[in-house]
Amino acid sequence: MAEGVVSEAAAALVELRDATKSYGAVRALRDGNLALRPGEVRALVGENGAGKSTLVKVLGGVVRRDSGDMLVDGQSVDFHSPHDARDAGIAVIYQEPTLFPDLSIAENVVMGYHPLGSFKRIDRGAMNGQVQGLLDRLGVKLDPERPVRGLSIADQQIVEIAKALSFDARVLIMDEPTAALSGAEVERLFAVVRTLREHGAAVLFISHRLEEVFTICDTVTVMRDGAVVQDARIADMTPDEMVRRMVGRELSTLFPKQDTAIGAPVLKVHRLTCEGVFVDISFSVHAGEIVALAGLVGAGRSEVARAIFGIDKPDAGHVEIDGRRLPAGKPLTAMRAGIGFVPEDRRQQGLVMDLSIARNATMTRMRALSRLGIIGSGAENRLAREWATRLRLKFHRLENPVRFLSGGNQQKVVLAKWLATEPKVLILDEPTRGIDVGTKAEVHRLMSELASHGLAVLMISSELPEVLGMADRVLVMHEGRLTAELSRADADEESVIRAATGHVGEVAA
Amino acid sequence: MQPDTAASASTAATPGTTDAPAQRLADRARAAVGRWEALLVALILATFIFGQSVSSEFLSADSFTTGSLDLSEVALMALALTLVIVAAEIDLSVASVLALSSALMAALWNQGLPLEFIMPICLVAGALCGAFNGWLVTGLGLPSLAVTIGTLALFRGLAYVVIGDESVTDFPATWTDRGFGNFAGTFVPNTMVLFAILAVAFGVLLHATPFGRSVYAIGANEEAAHFAGLRVKRVKMTLFVLAGTVAALAGIVISLRNSTAAANVGLGFELTAITAVLLGGVSIFGGRGTIVGVILALFLLGAIQKAILLSETISSYWVQIVTGALLVGSVLGPNLAARVTEARRRRPPQRPKEGPR
Ligand SMILES: Nc1ncnc2c1ncn2[C@@H]1O[C@H](COP(=O)(O)OP(=O)(O)OP(=O)(O)O)[C@@H](O)[C@H]1O
Ligand SMILES: [Mg+2]
Repeated sequence: MAEGVVSEAAAALVELRDATKSYGAVRALRDGNLALRPGEVRALVGENGAGKSTLVKVLGGVVRRDSGDMLVDGQSVDFHSPHDARDAGIAVIYQEPTLFPDLSIAENVVMGYHPLGSFKRIDRGAMNGQVQGLLDRLGVKLDPERPVRGLSIADQQIVEIAKALSFDARVLIMDEPTAALSGAEVERLFAVVRTLREHGAAVLFISHRLEEVFTICDTVTVMRDGAVVQDARIADMTPDEMVRRMVGRELSTLFPKQDTAIGAPVLKVHRLTCEGVFVDISFSVHAGEIVALAGLVGAGRSEVARAIFGIDKPDAGHVEIDGRRLPAGKPLTAMRAGIGFVPEDRRQQGLVMDLSIARNATMTRMRALSRLGIIGSGAENRLAREWATRLRLKFHRLENPVRFLSGGNQQKVVLAKWLATEPKVLILDEPTRGIDVGTKAEVHRLMSELASHGLAVLMISSELPEVLGMADRVLVMHEGRLTAELSRADADEESVIRAATGHVGEVAA
Repeated sequence: MQPDTAASASTAATPGTTDAPAQRLADRARAAVGRWEALLVALILATFIFGQSVSSEFLSADSFTTGSLDLSEVALMALALTLVIVAAEIDLSVASVLALSSALMAALWNQGLPLEFIMPICLVAGALCGAFNGWLVTGLGLPSLAVTIGTLALFRGLAYVVIGDESVTDFPATWTDRGFGNFAGTFVPNTMVLFAILAVAFGVLLHATPFGRSVYAIGANEEAAHFAGLRVKRVKMTLFVLAGTVAALAGIVISLRNSTAAANVGLGFELTAITAVLLGGVSIFGGRGTIVGVILALFLLGAIQKAILLSETISSYWVQIVTGALLVGSVLGPNLAARVTEARRRRPPQRPKEGPR
C-alpha cells in the first residue's frame, strides 16, 4: 500500500471549492470540493452517475462550472477551453476516447502541438520518434504511423494515455483509464504514475476497481449523488468502508456464481479461423454455464465474439446453436437463433447515442413490441422502464438521448437491450466495463440467475477477479490461439496469467 | 433547435429520478416551444399576413387550389425523400425518374396501350430505377450522393431515348380531369388527397413501425444498428425503391395534370423537394426529423410561392431567392441555435473573480 507522501501543508496545484454544475434539471455536481497536491495520487470514487466525470470535465475546461471557485497554485482561474487547462499544466484522459479515427496514432497523440521543423513544417520523424518513445514507456506494441480507426477500445485508451503524457503535465487526471485494460497494461500504467509522483506531479485517478485504488492511491475522494462526501487517506480506509460511503449503505461487493446444473451444449464453435487475427478456435458453451474468455488486450477475443455473432465473416470454421449450423456473417440470423451480443465499444457499436434510452433499450425487440406492424411508444416505454428498474438505471427521462447518461449507465442500457431478447446464449464483451461496484455485483447476480435458468454465457473480461469469480470454465487466448482451458478448480491468477502470456507448457508444471 | 428524433410527443411521461413535477412540466413547455415545427407554423402565419397584404385573393379557396396543384409532385417526392434523408442517404435522381415515368407513359400511349395498363408499368419502372440506386449504394457500397448525381443524368437521358423531343398531349379527358380536378366538389385538388393519403402512410411508416425505428437508428449510427441485428442494407434498399416508385407516381400525376407527357418535365424538382425536407427540420446528417415538419415546410413553400406570384410588384424570380434563403436558413438556424445555447451554457460562473490571466 502506498505510503502517505503528501503533506497537508503543501500548497494545492489545483483546487475546486464548492463547484456546482447542472445539465438542465439534472444537478450533476453539487459540492465539488477537491484539492490535488504535489506528489499525491488521489482516487475519485463513486457510483455511476455520481458526478465524477462532470468534476473532471470542469477541471479540464470542457464544461464551465455554474458556481464555485477553481484555483491553480492558489490563484483563482477560469478555464474557457481545454486549451487553457493544458496551458496550466493539467492533462486529462477522458472516460470515452476522443480520437480522430483517420489520423495516425502519432498525429492523435501530438494533436495541436506538433513538433515543427524548418519553415514550420511538421517534423514527422521527430513526431513518430517521440510517440514511439511514449508507447514503449507504456509497454505496448503499436505502430505510431497506423491510423486509429480499427484499434480496440483498450488500444484507444492507451493512445489517450500517451496523449496525456506527451507533455510535461504537473497534474494528470485520468477518468477510468483502466476500464478496458488487463492486468499487464494496468501495471505499466501504474509504473508511469509512480514515476510522475516521484517527480512531484499530482494525479487524480478514477476507477471502479477498488483493488487498483488501494494499490496506487494515497488519498481518496468519495462522491455520492453529485456531492463530495468524504476526503480521506487510503491508509485510514478499508474497501468495505469505501463502498459504504459510495452507496450510502452496506453492500456485499463480491457475487460469486452459484453452482447450477450444467446442461447440454448450446453454443458450439468449430475450428473458427480468421487469417491474421485468430486461428483454429474450437469450444462449446453449455446451458447454465458461464465460460470466460481471458487473455491480454489484443489476443483476439473480441474478434472471435464478433465472428460468432456474424458481424465479421470468418475465413474458415462455423458456429452451431443447438446443433444447428448458423450461416456466416448474418447477425439477424444469429440473433433469431438466440444469441445476444454486448459489444465492447458501447459508443460506436452498442448504442445509437442520439436516440432515446427507450429506443435503444428496445431496439432488439421492435417486432415483438408491435401490434399489426404498429409500434407504440407506450409499449416501448413499459419494456424500457422494466429493464431500467431491474438494472437500477439512473436516468432523467426515458425519452432523453442516451448520450446524456453517465458512462456506466450507458453500459446498463446496452445490457438491457440484449437481456430483453431473452437469449439462449449471451456473449458479453467486457460486460462490467465502467460499471460501479454495486451494479457490478447486481450484473453478476443477474448473470448467475440467468445461467441458473439455463442461459449459456460467454464472457470476455480483462478483469481477473471477475473471471475467477464468475466462470465455470476459463478459456485463455494468446495471440489469436486458445492456449488453455481451465476448470473452475484449476483456474487461479497464476495459471490464467501464464496462459495469457503464452507460457502454455508451464501451466502444468 | 432540431426536432426530436421522432414523434417524441409521447404521452407517457416518465417519472424522472431527480426532478419535481413542476420542473418537468417547465422542461416540456420549453421543449415544445423550442421545436422546429413551432417556428415553421410562425413562419406560415407571417406569410399569410404578408400574402394578404399583397393581394386580397391570397386567402381564398381558389389560391389554395392552384397553389397546392403547382406543388403536387414536389410534395409527393418529398415524403419518400424524408425517409431517405433520415437514414443519412440522399436521392438526387427523383426528378429524373419522374421524367422517365412521364416519357414512358407517352411512348406506351403512342403504342396504343390503355392508361390503366401503362400506369402500373410506370410505377414498376420507377421501382426498378430505385432498386438500381439501392444496389449501387448497398451492394457496391458507393456513396449515394455520387450514385444519384450519376443516375440523375442517366435516367433523364433514358427519358429522352424513350420519347425524344416529342410530347404527348392526347390523354383521355377522364384521366386528365382526375389529374387536374378537385375532390368531390370541394376546393381540394385530387392530387392533394393523394398526397394526404401518402403522407399518413409515410408518417405511420416512419414514426410508428419497426421499419421506421430502424431508419432512425441507421441514420444516427449505422454500425450500432448493424450490431443490433437490424438489416441495414435491406432497409436502405427499400428506401431507394420507395423513392423511385413515388417519383414515378409523381411522373404520372404531372403528365395527367398538365395533359402533357414529355422527357423534359420536372427539371430541378429534386432540389425543391430536398429544400422542403431540410426546411422541415430533417437533419442532412441523418437520424432526425419528422414527417409533420416536412408537411409544414411544404405548406410554407407553397404559401410563399403563391404570395409572390399573386403580387404585381414582386418579380417571380424572388420565389427562387426566398426558397434558397430559407434552405440556407434551415441548415444555419439549428446550428446557430446550438451555438447560442452553448454560449449560454458556458457563461461564466455566478461569482466571477479576477483570474491571474
Ligand atoms: N451532457 C449531459 N446532459 C445531461 N445530463 C448529463 C450530461 N452529462 C452528464 N449528465 C448527468 O449528470 C450525472 C453525473 O454524470 P457523470 O458522467 O459525471 O457521472 P460519473 O460519476 O462519471 O459516472 P460513471 O461512473 O458512470 O462514469 C448523471 O446523472 C448524468 O446522467
Ligand atoms: Mg464517468
